[in-house]
Amino acid sequence: MSTTAAQTAPKRRSPTDRRSPLITVLVILVLPYFLLPLYWLVVASTKDNGQLFSTFGLWFDQVNLIGNLREVFTAQDGIFWTWIGNTLLYSLVSAVGAAFLATAAGYAFAKYSFPAGTALFSVVLGSIMVPTTALAIPTYLLFAGVNLTDTRWAVILPSLVSPFGVYLMRVYAADAVDTQLLEAARVDGAGELRIFFSVAMRLLAPGFITVLLFTLVATWNNYFLPLIMLKDPTLYPLTVGLARWQSAAAAGSGGQVLFSSVITGSLVSIVPLVIAFLYLQKYWQAGLATGGVKG
Amino acid sequence: MTSSTTTAAAPASSPAPRRRGASPALRRQHRAAYLLVLPFMVVFAAMLVVPLGYAAYLSLYREQLIGGVSFVGVQNYVDALSDPAFLSGLVRVLLFLVVQVPIMLGVALVIALLLDSGVLYAQRFIRLAVFLPYAVPGVVATLMWGYLYGPDFGPFAQVASALSLPKPPFLSSWMLGSIMNIVTWSFAGYNMIIMFAALRGIPTELYEAARMDGASELRIAWSVKIPAIRSAILLTLIFSVIGSFQLFNEPQLLRTLAPSVIDTAYTPNLYAYNLAFTNQNVNYSAAVAFLLALVIAVLSYVVQLSAQRKERRS
Repeated sequence: MSTTAAQTAPKRRSPTDRRSPLITVLVILVLPYFLLPLYWLVVASTKDNGQLFSTFGLWFDQVNLIGNLREVFTAQDGIFWTWIGNTLLYSLVSAVGAAFLATAAGYAFAKYSFPAGTALFSVVLGSIMVPTTALAIPTYLLFAGVNLTDTRWAVILPSLVSPFGVYLMRVYAADAVDTQLLEAARVDGAGELRIFFSVAMRLLAPGFITVLLFTLVATWNNYFLPLIMLKDPTLYPLTVGLARWQSAAAAGSGGQVLFSSVITGSLVSIVPLVIAFLYLQKYWQAGLATGGVKG
Repeated sequence: MTSSTTTAAAPASSPAPRRRGASPALRRQHRAAYLLVLPFMVVFAAMLVVPLGYAAYLSLYREQLIGGVSFVGVQNYVDALSDPAFLSGLVRVLLFLVVQVPIMLGVALVIALLLDSGVLYAQRFIRLAVFLPYAVPGVVATLMWGYLYGPDFGPFAQVASALSLPKPPFLSSWMLGSIMNIVTWSFAGYNMIIMFAALRGIPTELYEAARMDGASELRIAWSVKIPAIRSAILLTLIFSVIGSFQLFNEPQLLRTLAPSVIDTAYTPNLYAYNLAFTNQNVNYSAAVAFLLALVIAVLSYVVQLSAQRKERRS
């Protein structure tokens, strides 16, 4: 950094003339660390099970991607499709639900000073520290008591609670919704709930999408909760299914699942999220900005 | 915070009449607030408060060989606190925390500062490349690294044997380090984005003033930027503490590759899981899980408190 300071010392610097090829190259040298496993995943997905073990891991051999994909989607009567469907269902329902609950609550905490508001919000804030995995075992036992384990609800219901989402929405709503606008709507005779749904919700949309996106990723990537809640393989999400395939392949004996299927399946399972992140960049960045700056 | 946005033209008289006739309107507002908060609080209570309470309740009982379930008070906790399996897991996680978290947050902070200072070309690409692993599920990340670590077919082992060097013992004596690496890989980018976003929020006049005083870019980063984003760094630190204590996916999945290295109590969370689902000892498992939650809460609180005290002192 000091080199650039010397370069541009004389006058005002615009962002462009501070760029340093040297530091860029140094950082680019670090990037393989972050990209190598993903590159390896792509390479490995093109190999059949034998090549996986006999060829060099970081370079292509004969490309067998189509064969691998066919195997992934036909193994065990095409159960991979079911897992994709389950993952989509769990993460979409949880994300929309959690984002909606968090938006309503966060808005109320930000824009109304009501008697129990501060106390309730402190409880919610404190619960961010409760580890979800420590919570999962008692939740499992409770659900077992009411016959909810091994159902879709067992994965969806706990995922609807996002204390961090409430915190994020409270911070976001404090800035995004102008109190004077609410006053104006009140003067016009609009009811409080109508103001929320028709005025505030529109302003809160970017925050809503941020919480939605983060809950979506959290549910999509969740392993512990569905692992303990579900026994029926047709209810598994991709994470649990892939882990089962992996241990079956590692166990080896007579298992019809091959390492190549685990690897290609893994690639298939991350593609949607990677695409979602690329497309929705400005949302997750804005969202993290809100949480981080005011934290 | 938003006071600057309120227009000067706003009639100054408007608050006064509202306050005088406030009661019914205010009550209506309170009712709306409760209605909006209610759905979340109901699910929150059902999915968080009740399970925690239930865990606390369960942890006070024990299934005896004779006589069924009976109340044992804090005996499960006393046992857990002198249980070598639980304690060794706790120590392992603490070691993990002390080594991995500073490395991960350090990497994140350096990249965030470089991105923010505008010295890099291809900024968007670099930012995305570092963040991308966050989109990879922990299960898949562990699977990938598990193959890369492999002593027979992993590329590192292949390169090592091609150079006739000893194979790196990723899945044996280096196991804890290997897990640290997976977690660092997964979450460095996430933390980087939080810090980067916070850096973007600093008013640039601060830098201009510091440059005027002749401060170097490094000095500005150290004395202006890092203190300015202290709250964001604190946030990442607390999330990392919570995450470290919850370690489960990585050891649980790598266990299939190295069962002799990772035992059933490798981390407290793995222990609680195995107690409940392998040993069917839900009461003791609840005590372990509850104790873990307690340790995390206390530690997060201490982190927060010490950060605040430091802030007050400076």
